[in-house]
Amino acid sequence: MHKTRLIARLDVKNEFVIKGIHLEGLRKVGDPIELAKKYYLDGIDEIVFMDAVASLYDRNNLFHIIEKACKEVFIPITIGGGIRSVNDIDKALRSGADKIALNTQAIKNPEIIKEASRIYGSQCIIGSIEAKRTGAGWQAYVDNGREHTGVDAIDWAKKLEDLGAGEILITSVDKEGTKKGFDAELVKKIAESVSIPVIASGGAGSLNDIRELILNCNPGGIAIASLIHYNLFSVSEIKRELINNNLSVRP
Amino acid sequence: MSKKKIAVIDYGIGNVQSILNALENLNAETLLTNNPEEILNADGVILPGVGAFKTGMENLISHNLISVIHEYINTGKPFLGICLGMQLLLDESEEFGNTKGLGLIKGKVKKLIIDETTGERLPHVSWNEIKEPVKDRWQNSILENIPQFSDVYFVHSFAASPNNEEDILATCNYGNKDFCAAVKKDNVFGAQFHPEKSGKIGLTILKKFIDLIK
Repeated sequence: MHKTRLIARLDVKNEFVIKGIHLEGLRKVGDPIELAKKYYLDGIDEIVFMDAVASLYDRNNLFHIIEKACKEVFIPITIGGGIRSVNDIDKALRSGADKIALNTQAIKNPEIIKEASRIYGSQCIIGSIEAKRTGAGWQAYVDNGREHTGVDAIDWAKKLEDLGAGEILITSVDKEGTKKGFDAELVKKIAESVSIPVIASGGAGSLNDIRELILNCNPGGIAIASLIHYNLFSVSEIKRELINNNLSVRP
Repeated sequence: MSKKKIAVIDYGIGNVQSILNALENLNAETLLTNNPEEILNADGVILPGVGAFKTGMENLISHNLISVIHEYINTGKPFLGICLGMQLLLDESEEFGNTKGLGLIKGKVKKLIIDETTGERLPHVSWNEIKEPVKDRWQNSILENIPQFSDVYFVHSFAASPNNEEDILATCNYGNKDFCAAVKKDNVFGAQFHPEKSGKIGLTILKKFIDLIK
């Protein structure tokens, strides 16, 4: 049985970890390297750094943060936001990242997933989807949940797998930052439509939200942010609670 | 005591920075190199790598590294292959048709087989527990004194299948099937998991590797 990975999601803007609601109304919560270290020492399984503004202003300042974090944090690290080319991917990997999450650029040019997974291996490429509920289904958004694309999120997940992505990171823009629970239906639909591991992001506000999602969808990973950024719980407290509930996570 | 010098083989594949960072954190002197002399002079050598077996082997050949690796191993100094670097130790891999490997461990690299009814997925991207196949197998190895069922980080779809049971250093279970998680043959070690990404326990394993240096 796989152990559900608990993943700290650090959205970074101008050298600070920030947190908003629905990916907007951003508030500073701390230093990315200090937070990464703290969560690592407390037992987080993975860390995702997301550049919250890079794809909007066409710049990228996360590489040097990753470089420093990787000197002290010895768990898998993903970088996302503002990655536009194979050259960017190469730089990100050289700075110490293990995986690259692609959203905006993948929508603009799906071939980048194919090319990058061929060069670096599928294990390195995460197809990142920011989905909003629209009528009966969900649509993929880009530029941090601001721009709609007209692409159906479920179809897009399948396409990302076909193109060579090794994992899907599904963020519910509707739930993101609300602490009102995951969009379990979305996670389930995505997980059913692909055969690669799925990471659920957006909405974790209580231990029960995490517990329920594991029981209902059993995703490969669960991304959390507000829960730990606002010290509602520590990573070790969350792990302990899940283990006490007989759920399969790394102690 | 002078620092142990570990050469990490640079053959244009995979994320090597985290291995260098981990070794430096353990106070080893590191060099990323494909220079034969530097490799032969190192106290320990690590063959990293992620991605496809065929590309890995092609890159070793194009960098003229095959004979250097064999020559280094004949010196008896410790050698560690990580992930694809472990798979390359075997005779061949069935990934994208059959490709010949380094032939240091007898056997083949095969696609992971999982029991589909478990609902598990491939690639195997997960922390998972390693197990000693036979009592005392971990003595004098990179896993000496590591607690049974320690969690380490895996990301792979293929795994080594050594012909000789005694070459299997550790096993792991995924999708209700056991696979080979680590190998050992004399001074040659291989880890399918990523010790450099496996937190404290991973660093302990790398420390063991450094401590094997005489």
